[in-house]
Amino acid sequence: MSPTVHRTLRARNWLLPALRVFTGLVFLFLMLPLLIVFPISFSSSAYLRFPPPGYSLRWYQAYVNDPVWIDATIRSLKIAGLATAIALVLGTLLAFSIVRGRYRGREALNQISALPIIVPSIVYSIAVYGLFAKLRLIGLWPGIALAHAVLAIPYVTIVVAAGLKTFDVAQEQAAMGLGASRLTAVRRITLPQIRPSLISAAFLAFIASFDELVVAMFLGGSNMTLPKKMFDNIMMEVDPTIAAVSVLKITLVTLLLALAARFGAGVRPAV
Amino acid sequence: MNDATPHVVTAARGPLLSLSSIVKRYDAVLAVAGIDLSVQDGEILTILGPSGSGKTTLLKMVAGFEQSDEGYIRLGERDITDATPASRGIGMVFQNYALFPHMPVAENVAFPLEMRRMGQAQIKDRVAKALALVGLAGYENRYPRQLSGGQQQRVALARAVVFEPPLLLLDEPFGALDRKLREQMQLEVKRLQRQLGITALFVTHDQEEALVLSDRIAVMNLGRIEQIGTPFEIYAQPVNRFVADFIGESNLYRGNVSAVAQGRMTAEIEGGLMVTAQTATLYPVGSTVGILVRPEAPRTLGDGETADNVASGSVTEVVYLGDAIKYVVALDGGHDMTVRWPYRPSTETLQIGTRLRLGWSADLVHVVGWD
Repeated sequence: MSPTVHRTLRARNWLLPALRVFTGLVFLFLMLPLLIVFPISFSSSAYLRFPPPGYSLRWYQAYVNDPVWIDATIRSLKIAGLATAIALVLGTLLAFSIVRGRYRGREALNQISALPIIVPSIVYSIAVYGLFAKLRLIGLWPGIALAHAVLAIPYVTIVVAAGLKTFDVAQEQAAMGLGASRLTAVRRITLPQIRPSLISAAFLAFIASFDELVVAMFLGGSNMTLPKKMFDNIMMEVDPTIAAVSVLKITLVTLLLALAARFGAGVRPAV
Repeated sequence: MNDATPHVVTAARGPLLSLSSIVKRYDAVLAVAGIDLSVQDGEILTILGPSGSGKTTLLKMVAGFEQSDEGYIRLGERDITDATPASRGIGMVFQNYALFPHMPVAENVAFPLEMRRMGQAQIKDRVAKALALVGLAGYENRYPRQLSGGQQQRVALARAVVFEPPLLLLDEPFGALDRKLREQMQLEVKRLQRQLGITALFVTHDQEEALVLSDRIAVMNLGRIEQIGTPFEIYAQPVNRFVADFIGESNLYRGNVSAVAQGRMTAEIEGGLMVTAQTATLYPVGSTVGILVRPEAPRTLGDGETADNVASGSVTEVVYLGDAIKYVVALDGGHDMTVRWPYRPSTETLQIGTRLRLGWSADLVHVVGWD
């Protein structure tokens, strides 16, 4: 073996552990808040103190027994559910058009479809507020769901388009040649095979809505979503309920991501 | 939807499928440039051509996946030019089989029957029969990915014929198989086609495959059909230079007709070689022609032996093909001639550099127009 090869190998030998240490530090930086939030949520103290003086479930009880928190949670779940449904249907249709279409401007449409991610949410929120005020949709949860659906569509389109690109169109043609209408062919042959992508897209859309604060602030009025309620809680009455809610939310989102990783495609959260 | 697609048998056993003046453009590119083609009831017709010749486009238009810009397509008594693929009731085997990977074999084969709203009992019966027909009884619950390439091919065939279509389309179906399996499947398709009395339109770029499978071959190039005929006609009597060159191994030389007499013509190939041909079509003196000599036509001449055409040269290349040996001979006039003779252990293999005299009779020379 030549000396050069030796040197490269030795270089790799120290590079890999260094990379591991660095990755570990980044991971720690991201996870450290959790290490604080989790214990605090089980605190017995009425103040956000770390380490907690004692442990109890009182802040979980406070959350469960406060109708404002529960209402906000249910509202957020409803909004996320509806937004997911709308985004899934429209985003999938858009993905079909972008992947399969042969019309002029298809590439432009592909770029434009990512706009909701690119436009700052404050700008988007003000614009939607103006529109929804005219339509008298302010303060109504379906209005928020609609606005969230727009934000979620790019996630669906990107994930489903990626799934569709790897799908062999010949299968759809074969189904049609064997007597299926185009709709039947898509429903029986295409959709079942891109189901992992659809599942991933649905989870992403759900999380995008469930976690969204800015749009909900503008459109919610007195009907708060969970992120809005958390925001208000921090602004006004800082108590460990926020920690308990955070833990519950983190658990839910982690669960959804885990499910997406298990049954979905295109989303592989680093574990 | 046209449910139980009737197996159209016209009284005269005329064409089952006829294409008239079919034209297809992609933007400015003319993919199919006016094709007339009739497929007779019960025959296997192969469309043979190099890639980009428009053969697959043509097949897609018959299947209904592409729309022709001009012309008509008739299936039996019916004009199907604008019909949906589903309503055409044509069976098709795709290049990569296009089996549905999320369905087991039985469901794949049942799909067309299900689309025709057939009863469960009848579906089961038909699927079993179709699978038995292709030798896959017992594979009902396997998934396509659990099958070998040849088995997948059989499933695709079963699925394409299970609803008893009058016409079967095959788009380069053997491309993915190794040589031995390919030959086996070719024979199997031919057997199946005869057994079912089905008409088949077959697309391939593999001339050997076309020769094995077809009743008739249509040679396609640049969106047009260059020649249509039996495998023998295509091989032995190509009508133009493209077909002569594309089909089989050929020694094709450019020459000038120097004499015509008594059903024979003599042409001079550049470099001084004179070749005499005895063909049905004679070209006038002075015209430029393509002289075609198939590699199996020449034989070696002993001392004093003679033939209609004689050329001397030396061996420059020896290729052992198992059942045959191929030699490339550099003729003294400057041209190469490839010859191929059956291999027998008793015959001595010629070495590179060996001088030999080749001779072949005038009726083994075929002449085509050069343009």
